[in-house]
Amino acid sequence: MRYHIASLLAGLIFGLGLIVSGMANPEKVLGFLDIAGLWDPSLAFVMGGAVVVGLGAFALARRRTLSFLGFSMKISTNNHIDKRLVVGGLAFGVGWGVAGFCPGPGLVALGAGEFKALVFVTSMVAGMAAFEVIERRRTKA
Amino acid sequence: MIEIAWSNFTPWSALAGGILIGLAAACFLLLNGRIAGISGILGGLLVPGRGDIAWRLAFLVGLIGAPAVWLLAAELPPIEINAGYPALIIAGLLVGIGTRYGSGCTSGHGVCGLSRLSVRSLVATLTFMGAGFVTVYIIRHQLGV
Repeated sequence: MRYHIASLLAGLIFGLGLIVSGMANPEKVLGFLDIAGLWDPSLAFVMGGAVVVGLGAFALARRRTLSFLGFSMKISTNNHIDKRLVVGGLAFGVGWGVAGFCPGPGLVALGAGEFKALVFVTSMVAGMAAFEVIERRRTKA
Repeated sequence: MIEIAWSNFTPWSALAGGILIGLAAACFLLLNGRIAGISGILGGLLVPGRGDIAWRLAFLVGLIGAPAVWLLAAELPPIEINAGYPALIIAGLLVGIGTRYGSGCTSGHGVCGLSRLSVRSLVATLTFMGAGFVTVYIIRHQLGV
């Protein structure tokens, strides 16, 4: 139960952070990605603020085998750089640039009742499902 | 030359929001031992293991419910979605497949990966940001959409 409450709170704070930061607004995101136009560098401050806090948290987490609620730490130690990482990143980046939505802001805009966000999120989930189907075929082959 | 859109520049709210996002990731990591990677949390629901559904749903309910909680205190800031429906569908498909294929998005690779000083996540972040910059450049300045 505590695990689920912590999950709920983390999701809520994350969403509030996306709203405060301006990232939930695709036009703001596109203003950041548009270096050749009138550039709005604000979102660099979002990433900066998040990573400064995150650095402290991960430094603390690294010295622990159990979380503060007593759960095992599931931190990736994968440092492999392969084609999948780069090709996936390229596809994601193109999609991000087309609409200005990455997954979190898409879900927050959906929660705000934006119909266009519903279209985006539905397509995103379809894309994720397509990935699972392709993966299953690949591992069977 | 880069021209700054000073009238749109909101460094303080961006920084405050970023700190909140960092705190959310820190909470999730230090309390539950998990990485707050949104594409992974959502995508994992499609092929869930045992005991693997409720916490994912709880996180997503919090995330999607954030605007409703916000509305208890204040009006929501504008959400301007200028992409048309075909663009939204293409974008969604690319974001869905790409984040799963590349094992992460802005939160998992960007915020959490950079925070754990992962070179793999740095490469991923530079890749999708680079692709985002190029895509917007082509759409806005070459195609003139």
